[in-house]
Amino acid sequence: MLKVCYFAKVREGVGIDEELLVMSEVINDTDRLLDYMRSRGKPWNQVFSQGNKILLAVNHELSNTCRGLEDGDEVGFFPPVTGG
Amino acid sequence: MIKVQHDDFDAGNEIAELRGSGVQVGAIVSFVGTVREFSGNDKLVSMTLEHYPIMTQKSLEKIVKQAKSRWDVHEVRLIHRVGCLFPADQIVFVGVSSMHRGQAFMACEFVMDFLKTSAPLWKKECLESGSKWVDEREGDIAALSRWEQV
Repeated sequence: MLKVCYFAKVREGVGIDEELLVMSEVINDTDRLLDYMRSRGKPWNQVFSQGNKILLAVNHELSNTCRGLEDGDEVGFFPPVTGG
Repeated sequence: MIKVQHDDFDAGNEIAELRGSGVQVGAIVSFVGTVREFSGNDKLVSMTLEHYPIMTQKSLEKIVKQAKSRWDVHEVRLIHRVGCLFPADQIVFVGVSSMHRGQAFMACEFVMDFLKTSAPLWKKECLESGSKWVDEREGDIAALSRWEQV
């Protein structure tokens, strides 16, 4: 299973804060996971549209490029950060 | 010392801790970020700080580690609050002790610049006109470029 967490504006947009997804050939890297998100219809395709800047972390490390996912990984999706 | 907490902090206590962080300490630089009462022309009622708990801690540890590797500093103390805050409340404390002031000033600014652009924290403003998430600032991103030259 893949644990997927959503934060801030992304969390509000998709309406949930986390979920478990079954790993498959469809979701075995971060690019495919993003494609899957966009394929889920509203509001997912709007939140994950190309125009929306969304950051992604795998196991609590920011990931700027596509990387493979394994069973048990945690992926976080969130907007650009604004702390401080 | 890195803490992410709901509770307020006493900057004076933190500075006192830094003063005692070593016999070679000759400089302490600190920064306190606070909640502004206005967002543009809109009066702010409250502000909520959300974060990604485990990642926030890891991210802040990484930033402090980088600062310590770049400058000769004795101790870095970093506190970031989360939850509901009100105008004039303290949000963040960064304190650095070192032998001379230059190193402490640089390390303190470095920590704040990277915290604002890479630590997973988000502000949501509750304004008199409604609520909105704070957008990232281009100026914060631009501020990082100066550290490439130092």
